[in-house]
Amino acid sequence: MTDASTAEASAELVAEREALAPEPGFREAFAQVILERPSTRIAFVVVVLFILIAVFAPLLAPHDPLRQSILQINRQPSWDHWLGTDQFGRDVLSRLIHGSQNSLIFGLLSPVFAAFFGTLLGVTAGYMGGIVDRVISRVIDMLMAFPELLLAILIAAALGGSFWNIVVVLTVAFTPGFARVARASTMAVKQEPYVEAAVAAGVSTPRIIFRHIVPNIAAPIVVLMALWSASSIRIEATLSFLGIGTQPPNPSWGNIIRDGLSNMFATQWPIAAGGLAITIVVLAISIIGDSVRDFLDPETNQ
Amino acid sequence: MARYLLLRLLDLVPTVFLVLTLVFIAMRILPGDPALAALGANADGGQLEAFRERMGLNDPLWLQYVHFLWDAVRLDFGNSLMSNIPISTLIANNLPHTVYLTIVSVALGLFIGIPLGLYAATQRNKLPDNALRIYSLIGYSVPDFYLGAILLIVFSLNLGWFPINGAGEGFWDGLHHIFLPALSLALLKSAFLGRLTRTSLLEVLGRDYVRTARAKGAREGRVIFRHGLRNAMLPLSTGIGISILATLSGAVAIELVFNRPGIGRLLISAIQERDYPVIQAGVMMFATFVVLVNLLMDIVYIFIDPRIRMKS
Repeated sequence: MTDASTAEASAELVAEREALAPEPGFREAFAQVILERPSTRIAFVVVVLFILIAVFAPLLAPHDPLRQSILQINRQPSWDHWLGTDQFGRDVLSRLIHGSQNSLIFGLLSPVFAAFFGTLLGVTAGYMGGIVDRVISRVIDMLMAFPELLLAILIAAALGGSFWNIVVVLTVAFTPGFARVARASTMAVKQEPYVEAAVAAGVSTPRIIFRHIVPNIAAPIVVLMALWSASSIRIEATLSFLGIGTQPPNPSWGNIIRDGLSNMFATQWPIAAGGLAITIVVLAISIIGDSVRDFLDPETNQ
Repeated sequence: MARYLLLRLLDLVPTVFLVLTLVFIAMRILPGDPALAALGANADGGQLEAFRERMGLNDPLWLQYVHFLWDAVRLDFGNSLMSNIPISTLIANNLPHTVYLTIVSVALGLFIGIPLGLYAATQRNKLPDNALRIYSLIGYSVPDFYLGAILLIVFSLNLGWFPINGAGEGFWDGLHHIFLPALSLALLKSAFLGRLTRTSLLEVLGRDYVRTARAKGAREGRVIFRHGLRNAMLPLSTGIGISILATLSGAVAIELVFNRPGIGRLLISAIQERDYPVIQAGVMMFATFVVLVNLLMDIVYIFIDPRIRMKS
């Protein structure tokens, strides 16, 4: 009994302290999240490095990623081709470097779109309540029942793969998750005195939503965006591996592995390198995402 | 109990309806002409028109929708455009392989993951616990098809211990064929399940009744299994449900890596051949799977936690 009441009391204390503590500025938050743990620091450097590689791909790649050469097929690694060549004589390292553009762009783009639409749906449902809430929540629940990858495969199956289709596919797959979080946070924020005060003062609904609700539910949405850029990269890789993502001859890490698999008797470097690239980036982003989550919600990770 | 189940079953109707509607919208209303897709750019106007007439694509949209729902309810998917084989036959040939792969993978994942989680929970913040943390992070980051490809290259291609493709004949040969595909899915799931077991167990072990059990002098093994694991079953079973569905979607890529028959490979090759009745059926099979697994998990909850039964 005493234990439970102590826990309650300490929870109250924590809440009080949090209420009193000044909001940490962006710089302090960044320092605390990124710099505190060595693993997060390394992960941050890795992500920055990959972004730089993607941005400067045309300068960094030693060869044209699309140029085929019948004289150069299935070469093992050498000074000229660090990771060898594939069955079309294309330089694997160059394809890997250019492939990072596709992978990272989906990783960044889709979570942003999903966050936008998810927040829109979630806030609408949470703020309006009633029948609007019931319908939106119902659809969210149904879509949440599907794993994101499966949802992505099923939509891509129907749509076919092109750049914007993949963005649509990933956005649809991630939107329900954002909507659910935005809805729950909105319902909590709606009860706050400042929102009630705004309503009483006759502030218009859109203004309340954009000025008072959205800024106050932003934190968990940002965390989700960080976590889902990792998933987004992984899912795009899977779709490209299945042949319904980035279409050949354009390189992406997933279709480099796909090409590698059909040529695995000749050279295994494309598979090894492509998979390693995906793993490292997803790992680095997940480590950062975990740190952000621990920073915003220290209670969950005991 | 019966009432709860009945309500839960009724609850499936709108879900299935929504899924079917989404499939219909995706297949028919979004840009792209199915006739052109099926026959290719070389087909002339007459062929396209004949195809549209035969597939009912000239009917008004609402009529197509009604036909679509009616066919789906009767599980009549028509014939494959490529092979002209009835789609029900294709599904009957492929579905068991996917179900088998999913079951073996999840079982193997539990078999590896739960002991890891139990051990890590008893060694909290020591080396095994940190090792599990790293294992679970890596397990989240490695794509399953990459792990599958590596296992295939190392154990089938280089060492020759396992067959390179196919599903095999008979039980033992089948087991020999399924081992690597199942392992690639299971290792990654075990990372997730191990971490989940650890977290759920630690949460329970902090409760009063566990302290009481310890105070009464119960042996540690009894505390962990009788008081700890039993009460950690509810969050764990949610995790198992998630794992089943994740394994199912992972199986699509794994079937491709190991060249195994299955619904995933059927769907993917149908997409490449633009065999759209097969795509439609494949999408519906997966959607049905998801709905059924969720229903199954709800039933499992009732058995694990009687309070849920009481509430309904």
